[in-house]
Amino acid sequence: MLEMSGIFKVFYEGTPDEKIALNKVDLSMRPGDFVTVIGSNGAGKSTLMNVISGKLTPDVGSVFIDGTNMTALAEHKRAAKIGRVFQDPMAGTAPTMTIEENLALAYNRTKKRTLAFGVTKKRRDFYREKLEMLHLGLEDRMGAKVGLLSGGERQALSLLMATFTDPKILLLDEHTAALDPSRAELITNLTKEIVEKLGLTTLMVTHNMQQALDLGNRLIMMDKGQIIFSADEEEKKNLTVEKLLAEFQKIKGGGGLSDRSLLS
Amino acid sequence: MLTALFGAVESGVIYAIMALGVYLSFRVLDFPDLTVDGSFVTGGAVASIMIVNGSDPFVATMAALFAGFLAGCVTGILHTKGGINPLLSGILMMIALYSINLRIMGKPNVPLLAEETVITKIESWFASDWSILLFMLVVTLIIKFVTDLFLKTEVGLSLRAVGDNEGMVRSFSANTGWMKVLGLGLSNALVAFSGALVAQYNGFNDVGMGIGMIVIGLASVIIGEAVVGHSKIARATLAVVVGAILYRIIVTLALRIEFLDTGDMKLITAIIVIIALVLPKIIDRQKAASRKKKRLQQLGGKANA
Ligand SMILES: Nc1ncnc2c1ncn2[C@@H]1O[C@H](COP(=O)(O)OP(=O)(O)O)[C@@H](O)[C@H]1O
Ligand SMILES: [Mg+2]
Repeated sequence: MLEMSGIFKVFYEGTPDEKIALNKVDLSMRPGDFVTVIGSNGAGKSTLMNVISGKLTPDVGSVFIDGTNMTALAEHKRAAKIGRVFQDPMAGTAPTMTIEENLALAYNRTKKRTLAFGVTKKRRDFYREKLEMLHLGLEDRMGAKVGLLSGGERQALSLLMATFTDPKILLLDEHTAALDPSRAELITNLTKEIVEKLGLTTLMVTHNMQQALDLGNRLIMMDKGQIIFSADEEEKKNLTVEKLLAEFQKIKGGGGLSDRSLLS
Repeated sequence: MLTALFGAVESGVIYAIMALGVYLSFRVLDFPDLTVDGSFVTGGAVASIMIVNGSDPFVATMAALFAGFLAGCVTGILHTKGGINPLLSGILMMIALYSINLRIMGKPNVPLLAEETVITKIESWFASDWSILLFMLVVTLIIKFVTDLFLKTEVGLSLRAVGDNEGMVRSFSANTGWMKVLGLGLSNALVAFSGALVAQYNGFNDVGMGIGMIVIGLASVIIGEAVVGHSKIARATLAVVVGAILYRIIVTLALRIEFLDTGDMKLITAIIVIIALVLPKIIDRQKAASRKKKRLQQLGGKANA
């Protein structure tokens, strides 16, 4: 479903600020794979997501999604195959527009936009049915502006908007990081429910190692622009937070790296 | 006095179409588009030259609309394809249009008093003092309703979302660049249409008549929002129309003050906009200050108890 090979991405090349954000990254995902990504700040996790979504073009390397070469395809064009939820709850929705209007925007991800109304009686019923899946009562507030929703509600809506049109691949970039623990748990559970129900191929970045272990069938760890550790389905089942930390120390050569915060 | 006010309402209704255009760029797209100063005159220039050369005034007015659409699209392309910042794209286009307008007109001022215009035609159809006002009101309201409906279509929704959260609509596969081009095209189409009608209403088209038009449009939008509100699209566009009429009334009344003359109009407009922009901030700050005072008093009370 996703095939990335030999990806390099360097920022400020040739200046003292040069930053190698991705350093020869290869990643392959089969349909239905749910890969969780962990790694310290600045490891290149978001850059990886941005290269897949087309927000950034890699300096070298190729990105294939669903058998199509997407490496140079404009962001809005490949978006038909990609669902995304960002860390910032503000980022995934249009605040001055209503819940149903936001859903209408998302509805058009896979369809050409026309001069037909975005919210019709029939569509509204469809949107309501989808909103019910969130168990937040948003289906009764479809005419409310999204700017009035709480961070958790917005993030749940963003998750729904990113997924209800069956993307080929779902990208989640620390989408629970900005929420308080109980809301984060709610979104985590929703993520699990939706991804399982739709069988979505998913790549999820998280700062929470326990979450990375609880969700998904594969796990990768990134550091300094490289994938330094990768666990397949069998290996992941036996992983614990302690084992992950030990793994990280081993690769990094120990020495003051036992601090959990290094991985968060 | 009453005739002056009547005239203010009449021209306010025509200028409302321009203000709706400014609403589209400033509010819906969140794009401060200065093309308006030029495209307003372009509308007048195209219409007046066609009328002088014997075209049907209605056809000439529609042609002005298309000319404005093109001008807006060029601004949009300068910004999205050329990577020029929004303000500068508009300023460049505004300056370019000044020369283009002179070329179209052939001279700085084209008189229309002896010509058959949309205005004279309407007056000949309905022999009433109210004919111009009512006809223009109908035209403006039709444009308002069509705009309301358009902003609810799939294309219209994504246009609004571009102004609200560009990164987000792009992630839902909208081509945000072309959306901006389209939005600016439509905005300037309305502006030029209004310019064409204003030229015919005034009986001449002058190359300098667009100066400060953007600020007038903005003043109308802001005044309207303050008076009518803007919770829903239909309400926001109504606010723009009301604002444009109120603006004309305010200016008419201001000009009755002894020491002010027509040359001061732009200064008055600028002051209206400045007040409208600054006042809410001052009010907010005062509210925050009084909240803080209250909180301190509460805390003080508790500490003593
Ligand atoms: N748009 C950008 N411009 C310049 N540097 C960037 C940009 N995006 C990311 N970087 C740099 O690339 C590195 C990787 O960043 P990122 O992928 O955001 O890390 P992570 O998401 O793992 O915390 C960091 O050093 C960051 O400063
Ligand atoms: Mg990140």
